[in-house]
Amino acid sequence: MTDTAAERDLPSTAACARPTAGGVALFSVIAVIGLLLLFAPFVFSDVRSTQVAARICVFVVLAASYDLLIGYTGIVSFAHTMFFGMGAYGAAMGLKFGGADWGHLLLGSVGGVLAAAVLAVLIGLLSLRVKALFFAMVTLAAGSVMMVLASQLTSLTGGEDGLVYSTPRLFKPAMKLVTNADGEAARLFGVPLDGRLALYYFVFIVCLVVFVLLARIVRSPLGTVLEAIRENELRAEAIGYRVVAYRTAVFVIAAVAAAVAGVVWAVWLRYTGPDTTLSFDIMIDILLMVVIGGMGTMYGAIIGVVVMSLAQSYLKDLMSAAAGATSGVPILPHLLDPDRWPLWLGLLFILLVLFFPAGIAGTLMKKGSRS
Amino acid sequence: MSGSILRLDDVHTDIGQYRVLHGVTLDVPEGGVYVLLGRNGAGKTTTLRTIMGLWRARAGAIVFRHRDITALHTADIARLGIAYVPENMGIFGGLTVEENMRLASATSRFDRTRLGRIQDLFPAIRQFWDKPAWSLSGGQKQMLAISRAIIEPRDLILIDEPTKGLAPSIIRAMIEAFREIARDTTILLVEQNFLFASSLGQGVSVIDDGRIVHDGDMAALAADEALQTRLLSLSMAAHQ
Repeated sequence: MTDTAAERDLPSTAACARPTAGGVALFSVIAVIGLLLLFAPFVFSDVRSTQVAARICVFVVLAASYDLLIGYTGIVSFAHTMFFGMGAYGAAMGLKFGGADWGHLLLGSVGGVLAAAVLAVLIGLLSLRVKALFFAMVTLAAGSVMMVLASQLTSLTGGEDGLVYSTPRLFKPAMKLVTNADGEAARLFGVPLDGRLALYYFVFIVCLVVFVLLARIVRSPLGTVLEAIRENELRAEAIGYRVVAYRTAVFVIAAVAAAVAGVVWAVWLRYTGPDTTLSFDIMIDILLMVVIGGMGTMYGAIIGVVVMSLAQSYLKDLMSAAAGATSGVPILPHLLDPDRWPLWLGLLFILLVLFFPAGIAGTLMKKGSRS
Repeated sequence: MSGSILRLDDVHTDIGQYRVLHGVTLDVPEGGVYVLLGRNGAGKTTTLRTIMGLWRARAGAIVFRHRDITALHTADIARLGIAYVPENMGIFGGLTVEENMRLASATSRFDRTRLGRIQDLFPAIRQFWDKPAWSLSGGQKQMLAISRAIIEPRDLILIDEPTKGLAPSIIRAMIEAFREIARDTTILLVEQNFLFASSLGQGVSVIDDGRIVHDGDMAALAADEALQTRLLSLSMAAHQ
């Protein structure tokens, strides 16, 4: 039980105690991202950019809650999208079968989040005693079962087609938050103050609140215990901490955060289906976002989500432009064909892992550190 | 010394397919330092880990303050007032010195008097308070591990080979610190450094091949070179 080189790589609270040059750069970038997200509807006029901004907000919560699991506690779970889906389906069912009002949205959301919490308690208590690999397998199985259930219980979930529904009136595009003299939606910096704006800020505020809560947890005494458990669970037990209880608690907290993100995502999309919430591709995306951002850093989730989301949304456009610009050059236009964007995304991921072994945030926080 | 604080009664422990403890019976009196001596692989660390529930006793009973703790969970054993300082320090390298100490503190606020006493015993704890624990030297890590064990009042502290790999000057400082700690806490000390052990211990047990082969006063063992040679294949002279 000696200290190892691996321990030295831990981007821990200790490493964050005094801001390093890299840390200052990191938090400057995060501040810029935060400001861009805050003013996204005013900065980016097109629908697609606002869609990307809302996706970033939701996935920051999803990735940060997953970081709480894998980065802070060392729990490898493949059921995170399952909880995300439970929140989303809860809200979707409430709005679809109850009606597009706040009461049914709240009822469905609370139902979905509670169901996620109860399932997390059961999985946690039954499975967190076993070795990490077996726990990962259990969560993989649970996630697959939920995917099958969502596809098969057509009357409830809409099956593979999913559920399409309306949202409360406040979020409808036709809703005018403030009207001008002509009875039209008033504009602020050219942006109409309508339901779309209200919906974006609903997404932004809920995600911000959940992220701040998660960030507070890791800076609290509970966060210190989690780091201790991740580093050596037997040592933590010998001090008096029930590791299974703490791991289960963290698993439940992460599940609830993921389910809340699912609720927000369901309201934003006005559609919930297996592909938008439960898909294993989303699970892999979350994992990559956390690894790229830096495990056990929390703020790394923001960086990871932004990098991945921008790459997934704009890499094709970039490649299309590059292919056009190099059309006279042999081979290059074929390599830059927009259909080959996963290849370049993979290359980008390899480069990030090579140059930022502790993730972007983890590596930056250590830059300029003297300890 | 008064009555017994910890008693192991015919404790058997297996690690995987290997039988390591073959019926350890040990009586640790309350107060002072009690030493468990033995050669490498004799079962000293296994005895401490079995007391803490980190390895389960296959048979026998472990009684702490008249309460059977054999089947208790490790965390519950710790909460009864038993601290464990494992071999090779057992600190959390990714956390600061303060966070390491805070982990073992029962409340969010330290007992300032107690903390001050610890920092007087081990000045490095004060000096490196906000530094990551991995950046400490070997001796400082050991001091941190011991400080963490005593940040709350404990009835019993199990310490596994605290002098391993430490410089003589640090060992001398540690002797003074252990004497101070033993004024209000019982220490069960596992050691191979006989000089260190004999300068601290009042009572001693010698373990060999998973069985206790000798119980008695440390002073008597320290004075009897023939007994030392027979039990430990060593003598005081060899370590002086």
